[in-house]
Amino acid sequence: MNFDFSDEQRELRDQVRRFLAQHASPRSAIAAGGHDPALWRGMAELGLLGIAIPEEYGGAGAGYLELCVVAEEVGRALAPVPFSSSACLAAEFILQAGSEAQKRAWLPRLADGTAIAVFAAVEGVGDAAPDRIAATVSGGRLTGIKSPVLDGGVADLGIVAARGADGIGLYLVDLRGAGVARSGLDSMDPTRSLVEIRFEGAPAEPLGEAGWDTVERMLDRAAVPLAFEQVGGADRALEMARDYALERVAFGRPIGSFQAVKHMLADMYVSATLARSNAYWAAWALATDAAELGQAAASARVSATEAFGHCARNNIQVHGGMGFTWEFDCHLFYRRAALLATALGGPALWEDRLVAQLRAA
Amino acid sequence: MDFDDTAEEAAFRAEARAWLRANVPTEYEADLRSSPFGRIALRNRDIVAASKAWQKRKAEAGWACLHWPKDYGGRGASPIERVIWQQEEGIYSKLSSLFIVGHGMCGPTVMAYADEAQKRRYLPPLAAGEEIWCQLFSEPACGSDLAGLRTRAEPDGDDWVVNGQKIWTSHAHLSDYGILLTRTDPTVPKHKGLTMFFLDMRSPGVEIRPIRQGDGQAEFNEVYFTDVRIPDAQRLGRPGEGWSVALTTLMNERLSIGAVMPTGFPEMLAFCCTPGPDGRAPVDDSAVRKRLARWAARSSGLRFTAQRSISAMSRGNMPGPENSIGKLVAGTMMQEIAGYALELMGPAGMIAGGQFQAMMLRSPATRVEGGTDEILRNIIAERVLGLPADIRVDKDVPFNQIARTG
Ligand SMILES: Cc1cc2nc3c(=O)[nH]c(=O)nc-3n(C[C@H](O)[C@H](O)[C@H](O)COP(=O)(O)OP(=O)(O)OC[C@H]3O[C@@H](n4cnc5c(N)ncnc54)[C@H](O)[C@@H]3O)c2cc1C
Repeated sequence: MNFDFSDEQRELRDQVRRFLAQHASPRSAIAAGGHDPALWRGMAELGLLGIAIPEEYGGAGAGYLELCVVAEEVGRALAPVPFSSSACLAAEFILQAGSEAQKRAWLPRLADGTAIAVFAAVEGVGDAAPDRIAATVSGGRLTGIKSPVLDGGVADLGIVAARGADGIGLYLVDLRGAGVARSGLDSMDPTRSLVEIRFEGAPAEPLGEAGWDTVERMLDRAAVPLAFEQVGGADRALEMARDYALERVAFGRPIGSFQAVKHMLADMYVSATLARSNAYWAAWALATDAAELGQAAASARVSATEAFGHCARNNIQVHGGMGFTWEFDCHLFYRRAALLATALGGPALWEDRLVAQLRAA
Repeated sequence: MDFDDTAEEAAFRAEARAWLRANVPTEYEADLRSSPFGRIALRNRDIVAASKAWQKRKAEAGWACLHWPKDYGGRGASPIERVIWQQEEGIYSKLSSLFIVGHGMCGPTVMAYADEAQKRRYLPPLAAGEEIWCQLFSEPACGSDLAGLRTRAEPDGDDWVVNGQKIWTSHAHLSDYGILLTRTDPTVPKHKGLTMFFLDMRSPGVEIRPIRQGDGQAEFNEVYFTDVRIPDAQRLGRPGEGWSVALTTLMNERLSIGAVMPTGFPEMLAFCCTPGPDGRAPVDDSAVRKRLARWAARSSGLRFTAQRSISAMSRGNMPGPENSIGKLVAGTMMQEIAGYALELMGPAGMIAGGQFQAMMLRSPATRVEGGTDEILRNIIAERVLGLPADIRVDKDVPFNQIARTG
């Protein structure tokens, strides 16, 4: 048993951390609509976008533990890139459920960053569920409205859930092609793009033989790196709060010497640590296809959502009035925490999945 | 990252499992399973006798205090092997609660500070459960502020003479020996005038009075010392160095990681999944599921946090203050779980005797014993996060000049 990343994986982490510290600027991506193409290319050049994609499909073939390492750093740096949507979720759909031709067509492009893919299932308020999907497919043409779609504004390819003759299926749709219209939505987190996509008879190709059960499986697989992204954000928010508590003086003392502040920070550390431990478990389960993947992924997701929310909120509190300014990054973490909390289905969905797993165990 | 056993670990697990299968006292299984938290009771046997017998059987086969050196009654096992053993011992580890203080804190202190002959004399019977040890630290006037203790030890020939009072001493009434922290020099600041000893609890002048606890049990005691003589040879560490010896003890408490604190979660999950007469179970309600999921994630988070520290230890790192998390989370969690279970029971929750009622009544102690929640948060804030220490007005003042009330 060994509950830690290897030395090589730590080196990868340090390398990605240095790279993102230099190149990731969430603020400058706001004006650009929530995506930094230069950063994305840089990540592609380092092989990070295809890190879990097998070499035969143009990836680095490193593995899921490495994918999680990168996701954590993306979260720490608040990197304004569609990493979770494209590299963790959409690529996984194609790899796990796509036909051989689809894998050959798309995975190399996702790995080298020349294409971005997103999963589009949600239609309005509420988590995606089969009976909430009104989009339809017939004769290879897809019609309906998907909203909101995270990172949808910068994507080239959609993996769209729609109702066909045999029930819900998943379809590949060229988002730059005919019959697709996108309109930007005001994103809670302006460092990530959010859009509504209207499909009117857009050409759609079934993704292998994927149906809703594929979605269920992919949710677990994508929840793991997403939890790492949240853990990275939580850790960074805690660090910011700690640093500020050491530096800011009130009543003649650093505010970090007041117990109310110390205990708030200690509690942030506790939730971030529990979330990290669950995430490690889930990373291992994902990497080894362990039978407990469902339980581990849901635990990681529930724990990470709680931790990131908690740390982001209290980070603002520790910063006082400064924390509520646009200038300070506190609100960006707060916004990212809120965005990621529901990005892959909200807390209630993951809580229910976790309890269902516990009951089945 | 590998949450599975390596080949050697699997072999060790198989060996432990095989031995356990042939040796566990299955006659207690049902009682151990149904005993609520903090109230282990066996129908046909005295719990102390049963605990000692089980410990002895383990010791004879080399399964006691696994991480201690063989010469002192242990097995010289690795931290991971210890975790594997704890996982395999399962329900029967409930028979070890009598030895937690002795094995977790007194033993390691003796191992670090006693002379070789003493170690060979005292450690093996401690490991084998033949002799029970207690920890005489807290006093009426000081628990969190341990260094403020007042029990005096004064040199007299080859002995020290002790006068004073200890309190909250778990299992003192069953103990053969104890480690005792005393003040030997009141003219220097409080952390500097302390000295540690171990003593025979049957020494003349030691008087033990049980204290009835808020949960109705009586496991801890007041211990009075009246002119108790302790040979200087039973001093642990140099005079005046008692504080750093005590820190060894407390640090070893953290070494007792891997043994995850009970949280009440498995019991709660089972309760919530059991249908009532109308066929509906609490888990059918989404509000219940929300809480269950949060607790489940906290409980697995605790488990893997403990196991991550084992990995850190295997890499040669000392277990650090980050291990304060376990008790901090588990205490409150059990209290919340118990309270919610009682709510779900409705008026029937008022009837004491059930497992959640027992948790409700015992969990407040978890949040106090061995460092309160507030002290643990301070430890995390100061030693993990590097925040400034609390302001201490009495730190550099000679002990006998500190203003005191209470
Ligand atoms: C079941 C049980 C078993 C025990 N067994 C033993 C044993 O075997 N041997 C032994 O020596 N002791 C034992 N203890 C004693 C235990 O270690 C102390 O009770 C504990 O350290 C708290 O000390 P206290 O009771 O004096 O409370 P106090 O220190 O008076 O604390 C009272 C309150 O003040 C808070 N407080 C105190 N200082 C601070 C601070 N600096 N910052 C913020 N808040 C603070 C505390 O958190 C607490 O809420 C046991 C206690 C219990 C409940």
